[in-house]
Amino acid sequence: MQFIKSIFSELLGLFVDDGNLALQVLGLIVIVALAVRLGGLMPLAGAGLLLLGCIVILALSLRRMLRR
Amino acid sequence: MHLTSILPTLTAAFLASVVEVVEAFTIVLAVALTRSWRPALTGTFAALGLLVVLVLIFGPLFALIPLGVMQFVVGTLLVLFGMRWLRKAILRASGFIALHDEEAAFAKETDALTKLAADKRADWLAGMAAFKAVLLEGVEVVFIVIAVGTAHHMTWIAGLGALAAAVAVLLVGAVVHKPLSTVPENTLKFAVGLMLTSFGIFWTGEGLGAAWPGADLSILAILVILLIVSLVAVSVMNGTCGRQEAV
Repeated sequence: MQFIKSIFSELLGLFVDDGNLALQVLGLIVIVALAVRLGGLMPLAGAGLLLLGCIVILALSLRRMLRR
Repeated sequence: MHLTSILPTLTAAFLASVVEVVEAFTIVLAVALTRSWRPALTGTFAALGLLVVLVLIFGPLFALIPLGVMQFVVGTLLVLFGMRWLRKAILRASGFIALHDEEAAFAKETDALTKLAADKRADWLAGMAAFKAVLLEGVEVVFIVIAVGTAHHMTWIAGLGALAAAVAVLLVGAVVHKPLSTVPENTLKFAVGLMLTSFGIFWTGEGLGAAWPGADLSILAILVILLIVSLVAVSVMNGTCGRQEAV
């Protein structure tokens, strides 16, 4: 059981390392998707926003590491 | 199918798989040299068998998912996966965290297995260590192959990239017979993190209905932007670490 648990926790770790970074990326994608589907934002503008958002989120995550 | 789609897919799958296969190889070699090749190969083939079963069960299900949904979901997972690699590669390149050391990983595994030598279940535990390493690294390879290949119906090309990586690592490993510590892992992770994040942003955008200018060439443009940002980040963090050391 412990072995299976460790495998699942490592599988989760494939996508989540810094929990804040993962949550912020998911939040960004949801917000952009809602803005495109419901808010009338042009899909290409949404995609650009996604790129910009990912850069900001990465920078914030690195800054958090620097402050620790 | 254009070269502009094939090359990034093949390269991303190959480079990412090299990193994963090298890590699995280190553990399997530690098991083989500490115990014997029997538990090492038993664990390895059991894990590969389980991976094949998982691919055969879940692979056909992907064909049932509409392309737009698939691009969005796979794109999201790739952004998560790629940014995790990219972040860690930036932190390692700037000296903020230690580089991954295959020699150290090998020594740690060898040490753990040596301590278990007196245990009746030593061979079983060694086999499980090999099984776990191959399964986990294999799952990452399978995910990368599916993720970079599926959205443009090029799973077989991504699969070829992964297979080439496995063959290359095993051939080199068979010749040198020690952990492949000279592989520039962080450089590879840096490149793969950039590629996977670029693929992820591209496909999530396509999943949202965006028609990227220049089609697949946009992946390259996204990659260049992320590369510039990452290099600036490494440089800034290098400077900060240097200042902290000087104080």
